[in-house]
Amino acid sequence: MATGLHKSDFANPVIRWVDARLPVFTMMQKEYGTFPTPRNFNYLWNFGALAMVNLLIMIVTGIFLAMNYTAHTSMAFDSVERIMRDVNYGWLLRYAHANGASMFFIVVYIHIFRGLYYGSYKAPRELLWMIGVVIFLLMMATAFMGYVLPWGQMSFWGATVITNLFSAFPLVGESIVTWLWGGFSVDNPTLNRFFSLHYLMPFVIFGVVFLHVAALHITGSNNPLGIDPKGPQDTVPFHPYYTAKDSVGLVVYFIVFAVLVFFFPNMLGHADNYIPANPLVTPPHIVPEWYFLPFYAILRAVPDKLGGVLLMFGSIAILFVLPWLDTSPVRSMRFRPLARPFFAVWCVTFLVLLYCGGKPPEEPFVTIARVCTAYYFLYFLVILPLLGRLERPLPLPESIARPVLRGGGPLPAGAMGKPMEKA
Amino acid sequence: MSGFPTLRALALGLGLIAAGPAFAAGEEVELPNTRFSFEGLFGHFDRASAQRGFQVYKEVCASCHSMHLMSYRNLRQIGLSEAEVAAIAATVQVTDGPNDDGQMIERPGRASDRFKSPFANEQAARAANNNAYPPDLSVITKAREGGADYIHALLLGYGDPPAGVQVAEGLHYNKYFAGHQIAMPQPLSEGQVEYHDGTKATLEQMATDVTQFLTWAAEPEMEERKALGVKMIIFLTILGGLAYAVKRKVWHDVH
Repeated sequence: MATGLHKSDFANPVIRWVDARLPVFTMMQKEYGTFPTPRNFNYLWNFGALAMVNLLIMIVTGIFLAMNYTAHTSMAFDSVERIMRDVNYGWLLRYAHANGASMFFIVVYIHIFRGLYYGSYKAPRELLWMIGVVIFLLMMATAFMGYVLPWGQMSFWGATVITNLFSAFPLVGESIVTWLWGGFSVDNPTLNRFFSLHYLMPFVIFGVVFLHVAALHITGSNNPLGIDPKGPQDTVPFHPYYTAKDSVGLVVYFIVFAVLVFFFPNMLGHADNYIPANPLVTPPHIVPEWYFLPFYAILRAVPDKLGGVLLMFGSIAILFVLPWLDTSPVRSMRFRPLARPFFAVWCVTFLVLLYCGGKPPEEPFVTIARVCTAYYFLYFLVILPLLGRLERPLPLPESIARPVLRGGGPLPAGAMGKPMEKA
Repeated sequence: MSGFPTLRALALGLGLIAAGPAFAAGEEVELPNTRFSFEGLFGHFDRASAQRGFQVYKEVCASCHSMHLMSYRNLRQIGLSEAEVAAIAATVQVTDGPNDDGQMIERPGRASDRFKSPFANEQAARAANNNAYPPDLSVITKAREGGADYIHALLLGYGDPPAGVQVAEGLHYNKYFAGHQIAMPQPLSEGQVEYHDGTKATLEQMATDVTQFLTWAAEPEMEERKALGVKMIIFLTILGGLAYAVKRKVWHDVH
C-alpha cells in the first residue's frame, strides 16, 4: 500500500494541508456531502438524523446537570430541585433532559416503525438493523438508570421492581440482584453506580451509533419503494438535498420538544416522583416511564414471573432475528397488500400494550394485554414467515426515478452533482 | 403483579394504609376545575394572591408543614420588598455555627436562610401529629395528581361523612383525599387570618390564595418558562417557514 499524503482537492490551503494528512474533510464530503442518497425519501427518513441530534442534546444537557447533581440518597432529590431553582436556566436543562428522553423514544419508535414498514432490516441491511436494536437496548438501560437519579418515589420503586426481575432466574437470580444493588436493597450504592453508568452509557451509545452510520454508508439507505437505486438518476447528493429536508423535520421536532418543555414539562412524568424516595411507603401503582409501558404490559401479561421476564426480553430479542423471520423478498409494504393490514394491527397492539402497561393489573386490561402479547409474537413468529410464501406482492417499479418523474422523462440538468452551487 | 410476592405483600401492607380504601374500591372523585391566573400559555402568578397565600401558609400551615426548599429571599419574586423579606426572616431563630468556641448559636433568620421547619425531624413531626407526617409543601402541587386543582379541592373538601361511612379515630372525612380519611384536621375556617390588604378571608379566598402561593413555590420558574416558550415557538415557526422555503428551492429541479 502506498504511503505518503492523501491527495486532497480542497481549495483552501489550510484545509488542504490538514486534509492531506488527516482526510477528515474528504470523509465528511464523501459521507455527508456527495453521498448518493435515494431521491424518493419521505419525511419518515428524517428520524435517523433527529435521533442523532436528540442524543447530542441529551449528552450536552446531561453534562451540565451532572455538574450540579449530587448522587447521594440523602441529597439527590434536593439537588435536583436546587437545579430547578438556583442554577441559571437549570429548569431548562432539567426539563429539556427529562422530556428529551421522551422525545428520544418517540423519535426512535418512529424510526423503528419506518424500518419495519419499509423492510429496512432486510438484506443487505441485516447488521445495520441489529446494531440499531443494540442502540435501542442501550437507550432503555440508560433511560431506566436516569429515571432513578432524582430519587423520587417512582425512581426508587421503579428501580426496585425492575432490578427484582432478575431474581426470577433460578439459582443465580438472587445473587444477580444483590450484585446489581451493591447491597441488600436499592440504596446509596445502587444510586452511585446508576449515576456512574448513566454518565457512561450515552458515550457507548454514541460509539454504537457511529457503527450504525458506518454500516449505513456501506449498504446505502433503503427508500420508500424498497428497491435499489440503479444509477445516478435514482439518487441525489446528501447535501444540499437531504440536509435541507432534514432541516425542515428538525424544526418541526424542535417545536414539539419546545411545547413539552415550556408548557407541559411534567405531563409525561409521574407526580409521585416529586415525593422523595421512601423505602417504607409503596406507591399504590408502580409504573415505569411511558416508553417502557408496552414491555411492562408484556411482563405482566404472563402469570409466571420467570415467563414474564423471558417474554419481555424476548419481545426485543426477537427483533435481532427479524431479518430471517421475514421471508418475503419484497422490502416495502407498499407492494405487500397482505402484510400491510397485519402490520397495521401489530402497530395497534403495540399502542394498546402501551396503554395497558399504565393501567392497574386488573380486568379487562390483563386479558387485553394477553391477547396483544400473543399477537405481538404471532406476527413475528408465524405471520411474517408465512406471508413471504403465501403473499403475492404487487409488481415493483422498474426504478426509483421512473415513478418519481411520472413517465420517466429525462432528468433536468443539474439534478445531480455539483451540490455546492445550490447551497 | 403476581410476579413479585414480596413486593406485593409490601404493597398490600403499606400501600393500603397510605392509599386507603378508595383505590381498593376503585372509586374516583372528579376534581372541580378551578381557573387560576397561572394557567394557560401566558399564565402568570397573581402577586397579591400569592402574598396572601404566603400569609395563610405562615399563620396556619407552617405550624405543621415545612417548606425546606424555599428561602426567604425567594419571596422577593412574589413582590415583597427587601425590607419586608428581612423582617419576615428575622422573626425566626436559626441554629448556626459552630462558632470559634465550637458552640452552636441561635441567631435571627436572614433572607438567605431556608424556611424554618416546624419540626426538627420526621419523628418529632409524627410525635406531635398523632403519628401522621405532614408532608413538606415545597413541591406539593407537582407531587400530587391534579396539581393545584387537587390542593384547592382538598382544602375545601372537608365535611360530614356520608351516612354509613365510619371515620377512624383521629382521622377526618375529606371528599377529595384518597380513601376519604385524612389525618389533617380541616386547616382553614372562615375568617381565620386577617389579610394585611383588607381582602375578606373567606374559606374559598384562603384556599385559592394558598394554592396560588404553593404553585409558585413548586414552580417558581413558570412565568419565565412560559414567556421563553412563546418566544421559542414564534422563532421556530418562522425558522420552519424559512427551512421549508429553502427545501422547496433546493428540490425545485428534482421534482
